[in-house]
Amino acid sequence: MNNKKEDKKVDVTNRQGSGSFYSTVVKDHFFHPKNFMEDETGYIADGIGMVGSPACGDVMRVWIKVDPKSERITDLKWKTFGCASAIAATSMMSVMVTENEGMTLDEARKLRPQDITFRLDGLPQRKIHCSVLGDKALRSAINDYLRKVGQTDRIEIEHGRIIDKVLKITDHDIEEAVLEGADTLEKVQDKTKVGTGDPSCIPEVEQLIRFYKEKYYGAE
Amino acid sequence: MRKNKQNVYLDHAATTPMDERVLKTMIPFFTEVYGNPSSLHAPGQQAHEAVSQARKTVAKLISAHEDEIVFTSGGTESDNLAILGVIKIGGADVKSRLGKDVIPHIISNELEHPAVLELLLVLQKRGEIELTLVKADKDGVLLAKNIAEEIKNNTILVSVMYANNEIGTIEPISDLGKLIIKNRKQTGLTYPLLHTDACQAAGYLDLNVEKLHVDLMTLNGGKIYGPKGVGALYIRRGVRLSAQVIGGGQERGLRSGTQNVPGIVGFAKALDLVQAKREKESARLEKLRDRLIEGLLKIPKSRLNGHAIKRLPNNVNISFMDIEGEAAMLYLDAKGVYCSTGSACASTSLDPSHVILALGMSYEAAHGSLRFTLGKSTTKADIDYVIKVLPPIVEQLRKISPVNLDMEYFSNGNKEKK
Repeated sequence: MNNKKEDKKVDVTNRQGSGSFYSTVVKDHFFHPKNFMEDETGYIADGIGMVGSPACGDVMRVWIKVDPKSERITDLKWKTFGCASAIAATSMMSVMVTENEGMTLDEARKLRPQDITFRLDGLPQRKIHCSVLGDKALRSAINDYLRKVGQTDRIEIEHGRIIDKVLKITDHDIEEAVLEGADTLEKVQDKTKVGTGDPSCIPEVEQLIRFYKEKYYGAE
Repeated sequence: MRKNKQNVYLDHAATTPMDERVLKTMIPFFTEVYGNPSSLHAPGQQAHEAVSQARKTVAKLISAHEDEIVFTSGGTESDNLAILGVIKIGGADVKSRLGKDVIPHIISNELEHPAVLELLLVLQKRGEIELTLVKADKDGVLLAKNIAEEIKNNTILVSVMYANNEIGTIEPISDLGKLIIKNRKQTGLTYPLLHTDACQAAGYLDLNVEKLHVDLMTLNGGKIYGPKGVGALYIRRGVRLSAQVIGGGQERGLRSGTQNVPGIVGFAKALDLVQAKREKESARLEKLRDRLIEGLLKIPKSRLNGHAIKRLPNNVNISFMDIEGEAAMLYLDAKGVYCSTGSACASTSLDPSHVILALGMSYEAAHGSLRFTLGKSTTKADIDYVIKVLPPIVEQLRKISPVNLDMEYFSNGNKEKK
């Protein structure tokens, strides 16, 4: 997973062609979600994370178990309120985090939405934003774990400054979106949903888009 | 589409399958009667004759004259022609009476189809019109009196849909028409005119323009078992519109472009067929509709959107708390039940249904809404099948969902709307 960090331009759009709206992998995870939390009672989680709001259309909650010695995530359970893409993306994330004996906390922190959509065989363009909440809920659960074990110095409040308080979208997320080619507010919203729950942050988002556009693509 | 238990199409408000009889009527006009209705030779005149016959049929079905029917490419174009067509001439009238700084005023409401609402909002943004959107009650019902009260001396048009495409609520067009006529009599003015979009109503309600007192009425083929991409605008005699499609001057100069002859013939046939059966079919569907509503409201934390009685016979729209509509729709799709949702996730704009929000409902309720629209092929067995398969789907999605809201979240209460 670590090496993927380098290749910024992963093609995350639907690679299935135009025949079906969702890929076979998406459909499999949507109709047969893996690792979702069937019953919370009796489940002892080492960390819990939650992002989103029902008004915005997506809420995700993640429970993790961590092996303290290896710092590997041995189990991940989740619940999602959202559309097919959101459910499939959370399900796929749970598989990616726990396969091969589980990711370490550091590996898991580096998991990006693009990595998840890639494994899903892509998502339709306008559905990519639905996949961006799962990894945030995961990082929030990791922070919760670190807090519980007293390693507060290792807590990372996302990768940057939170811009959208409702969806917990940071300046880093906007940077990523611009890097992926979103050059207008509408396009950045397509990817991140920023401002849909907290419209007051939109002026700041527009400023950031201008800033990153100049940084990476030069002045207009 | 083949019909069996696993193939229950309940999205007739999106579009209908074409009636075989309509298709049969259309076929000769692709290959045998292929002339251009504007040509003076025999093949052209045959086509011309077919278009005139279709125009006569449509006119008769809505109690209008032939010269009051203009064929278009469908509902959106008819709505656009009605609104844009009135603005230029109506606007000039307003300026000549009230001064050149006065812009025309249009009254409509928040529940309209985007073909009306988005257009009006664009015109308002451009500063071409002053716009008043009248509020509906919690069931989507507009009061004729509330609308008429908004009429001012620069009002040129009132546009209110006959029946809503999402929640099926039927609006009091006839009452509104009477009030508008009364207003025009008092002022002695030609304006305001009354336009109604009757696309969803055409299969089930009385389209008599004299009883409705409308000046402009939108109809289309794709919702009445006719062809897609064809429609009509009724334009009352004496109403002056400016053309929006300019060219060879077809359709009395109001809509240039060679007529879609097979489409027009099919549209007239389709309207004839649905209007002939509308009372019987409405009575049949009302029973099925109410059976579906009753069955689905047994699911906990569910609520009917729209009015229980002032409602199209084929429309059921229900919100289910704590689940997202697109997910539910796709689970139903896998069971062979085809419906639609007001969830943001299923729309291209990422906005939840503007209609459900306009009822004062919460974003959560809009996200969790499902619309089932019944049609000719719908049977009691279909309805019972939906009543059987949907509850476990809702239950499953609620199990996956971390959200558990109280029923009070259905209404947005005192919460600020976006």
